Amino acid sequence: MTVTEDPAAAEVAPEREIGKARRRKEDARLITGRTTWTDNMVLPGMLHLAVVRSPVAHGKITNVDVSAALEAPGVVAVYTGRDLADEQGSIPCAWPVTADMVNPGHPSIAVEEVNHVGEAVAVIVARSRSAAADAIELVDVDYDLLPPVLDMEQAVKGEADLCHDHIESNTAYHFVFDAGEAGTGGDTEQAFADADVVVSRRFVNQRLIPAFMEPRSVVVQPQGDNFTMWSATQIPHVLRVMLAMVTGVPEHKLRVVAPDVGGGFGGKLQVNPEEVIALLIARRLGKPVKWTETRSESLMAAHHGRDQIQYIDVASDREGNVKGLRVRILADMGAYLRLITPGVPALGAFMFPGIYKFPAYRFECDGIFTNKVPTDAYRGAGRPEATFAVERIMDELAVELGMDPLELRRKNWIQAQEFPFTTVAGLEYDSGDYDAATQQALELLGYQELREEQRRRRESNDPVQLGIGFSTFTEMCGLAPSRVLGSLSYGAGGWETASIRMLPTGKVEVVTGSTPHGQGHETAWSQLVADQLGVPFEDVEVLHGDTAVSHKGMDTYGSRSLVVGGTAVVKAADKVIEKARKVAAHLLEANEDDLEFSAGKFTVRGTPGTALSIQEIALAVFAAHNYPEDIEPSIDADATFDPVNFSFPHGTHVCAMEVDTETGFVKIRKYACVDDVGTIVNPLIVEGQVHGGLAQGIAQALYEEAVYDADGNLTTGTFVDYLVPSAADLPHFDTGNTVHVAPGNPIGAKGVGEAGCIASTPAVVNAALDAVRHLGVRDIRMPLTPERVWRAIHQGGDGGDRATAGTNAYGGASTESTAGVSTPASSLGGDL
Amino acid sequence: MTQVSMRVDGVTYTDEVEPRTLLVHHLREALGKVGTVVGCDTSNCGACTVHLDGQAVKSCTVFAVQADGAEVTTIEGIGSAGDLHPVQKAFHEMHGLQCGYCTPGMIMASIDLLKENPNPSETEVREGIEGNLCRCTGYQNIVRAVQQAAGEMAGRSDTLGAQA
Ligand code: FES
Ligand code: FES
Repeated sequence: MTVTEDPAAAEVAPEREIGKARRRKEDARLITGRTTWTDNMVLPGMLHLAVVRSPVAHGKITNVDVSAALEAPGVVAVYTGRDLADEQGSIPCAWPVTADMVNPGHPSIAVEEVNHVGEAVAVIVARSRSAAADAIELVDVDYDLLPPVLDMEQAVKGEADLCHDHIESNTAYHFVFDAGEAGTGGDTEQAFADADVVVSRRFVNQRLIPAFMEPRSVVVQPQGDNFTMWSATQIPHVLRVMLAMVTGVPEHKLRVVAPDVGGGFGGKLQVNPEEVIALLIARRLGKPVKWTETRSESLMAAHHGRDQIQYIDVASDREGNVKGLRVRILADMGAYLRLITPGVPALGAFMFPGIYKFPAYRFECDGIFTNKVPTDAYRGAGRPEATFAVERIMDELAVELGMDPLELRRKNWIQAQEFPFTTVAGLEYDSGDYDAATQQALELLGYQELREEQRRRRESNDPVQLGIGFSTFTEMCGLAPSRVLGSLSYGAGGWETASIRMLPTGKVEVVTGSTPHGQGHETAWSQLVADQLGVPFEDVEVLHGDTAVSHKGMDTYGSRSLVVGGTAVVKAADKVIEKARKVAAHLLEANEDDLEFSAGKFTVRGTPGTALSIQEIALAVFAAHNYPEDIEPSIDADATFDPVNFSFPHGTHVCAMEVDTETGFVKIRKYACVDDVGTIVNPLIVEGQVHGGLAQGIAQALYEEAVYDADGNLTTGTFVDYLVPSAADLPHFDTGNTVHVAPGNPIGAKGVGEAGCIASTPAVVNAALDAVRHLGVRDIRMPLTPERVWRAIHQGGDGGDRATAGTNAYGGASTESTAGVSTPASSLGGDL
Repeated sequence: MTQVSMRVDGVTYTDEVEPRTLLVHHLREALGKVGTVVGCDTSNCGACTVHLDGQAVKSCTVFAVQADGAEVTTIEGIGSAGDLHPVQKAFHEMHGLQCGYCTPGMIMASIDLLKENPNPSETEVREGIEGNLCRCTGYQNIVRAVQQAAGEMAGRSDTLGAQA
């Protein structure tokens, strides 16, 4: 990894922990198999749950017969929606994006109606996992079928079938942001009326599945009127509050623990129906219960991500100065509103202008119900969709104007000297240098040589064409200023909290409210505290993920952990030092103002030889024999940090892509990116986060798509059909960094968890199009399967239109529509 | 029920199993070998990879009864905190894991790969671990780790050779 630091950041002293590629503390248990995954847990008398799921996308439940299942060996109980109707409440939606948003309600187990394939209709409780699973097929459920609503563009038409017959339409909400009305930009309609050039496109940002590797799992143990829940969740703190509200189990009687959690990517940012069900059944039976999903269940019933149809228009003058941006999107909610389902596209609303100085901007979004599993957060949540649209349309505008795509971007992006810069969407971008990142990325790629090769291949009419695609992106991270979340109608704040406990032997416990599931908090937080308190890295232990240990927190998502949670840790450490200063002054018989604290020691200015370490002070206040009279004998401290602004990582991603025009196969020849994520605490972890993000963003461009057939069956319901890429499917990444410190937090970090995922998708698609545009191709529908690429080249269109029924994301599977219907609209969940 | 006996990580276990019990479930549920995990139900993810008589297998594709009389090695049997296997050490050194869920399977598959090909190229590593999915790392650091371990293992056997 190459690191280019600006002069301010380069002054960091070498022995500091921040900036060191510390190997992770977390690894020891993970590489030896000494892990605490939720499904590892076994409790005395524990019962196992298996969920009976709807095989139909839309229907009224007319009868549920559980008698045969109850007779099955090992089965202890069977519950239907009716049994739990009075106590299950509704899965909460914390983000009513508009005052008149329609929420149809979301029972954890369907009572009267099912609205997507995979919805829970009954739960088996049995003595073993296999006994519970065996009894699933013995439950007999009768449905009166209703027509499934699958196609958003159909669903918004006047005479469309309804996803929920107790609400008036399939539209949950209509959300508008208009820069003219908000006072952050000009009149968008006027800008378009006056423009020399307008380019309009319709992009499909397909449905994806987070596909964390550890399947969801939950264990609940009742102890008297207390309950402990272990869950493979990203959000133990949020989950506890929400479960208390939904089930009426008092919050102080509920402890939620996230033990080792195997990835989340937004997919475990949820209050899952199965978590509610497990709690209710444990309460009913007074016995510990466990539920662990199969992968097929996970793909079918855990929330999905993305799924937008984007209509985007850009206005510009002939010289390529952009004049306006207009976006209208249809966002698929799926059948219900889960935790932040409606908020995902609304969060993206502010990022469509990207890094460009649009003088006018209007955004409109309709949240649409369909008979599919709900969508919700998936790595980037709203921002990848926005970045894709703007980075794709900038290329289209460049083509229209006959300009180099990079020259067009450069002409319109915010210049380094213009930070902080308030965008047309009203966000204040904090710091950066888009040009510097771009220059460095071009060098990493070997841009000139590849352009030269592209020219040669084009001239010789080589069947394998080469293209180069860009994505010069930014994102809003560090979720989030609580007041801003309030103004967007989100149901909670975005602060984070931390405590530092100074133990008598000088060791340090750090309690964080930010809950990791692979990000390496234990290591990075130790580095922060080691620097701040001047204690050895090894002397710091980081505690998290258990509401009995870490009583408050907002958990982990939105690239917020270091920016918000790490800052809380630093602020708590500062408080420890201030408390210790009083004790040190007392013990050293000096004036507080004469004390200096550095490298973990208090010294008296001008009195060499006198020194007291913070670890010695910890012991002194533990003994408490001698301390100032006006303080309590403790130097422990808590801090809560609420940022005043988001942070804005940015970067330039460049992809060189080979396209075989005869077979439609695409191959990434080289991928280079330079990201500016502010201060880098641990370069190893930062690089790892970028790699993982790139893999997921590239996978959206090339491999992954959740496909429903004409009846609403998920045809990509296993890892055979839903193509999570393997090592052989991905290229080597050349990554680098520029560092522009974030002014909004004392660490200077901007957040890195989502960068690679947000930036890479449009770079890859732009590269493929750059390779074949001269053959008349204007767009290729994601994922860029060989079939689609071949069709786009040889038959026109975006290659997605003529896929046959049941065609899966990779053009290979042969799942038929169960109704035997094969229409163009059926093949892709109707998103035509 | 059928009686099966197998040696797992150096200890012999004899149990009654249902014929349909998969090896991975037997390891996790009967023997408490929960270091080996399940990531899918279609034999695609490789999270469950163990060594069966020295060969890497996806333990969700093997019935427990098929392992009767066999020697099984899991992630828990190849090294410990103070005495890591070179591949474990390399995953740590090269940051070849994030959440760590794929890691037991990745490490077991990588050990097998290095046995077949002690000095694999980047492409050979990528193809060699194709049957193991990781959602976190983007694989680059896993590839580095496998190559680093290859180097170390070659070095070590050279040293041993010199001593012998
Ligand atoms: S659990 Fe065995 S391959 Fe996925
Ligand atoms: S490290 Fe998380 S799946 Fe590989």
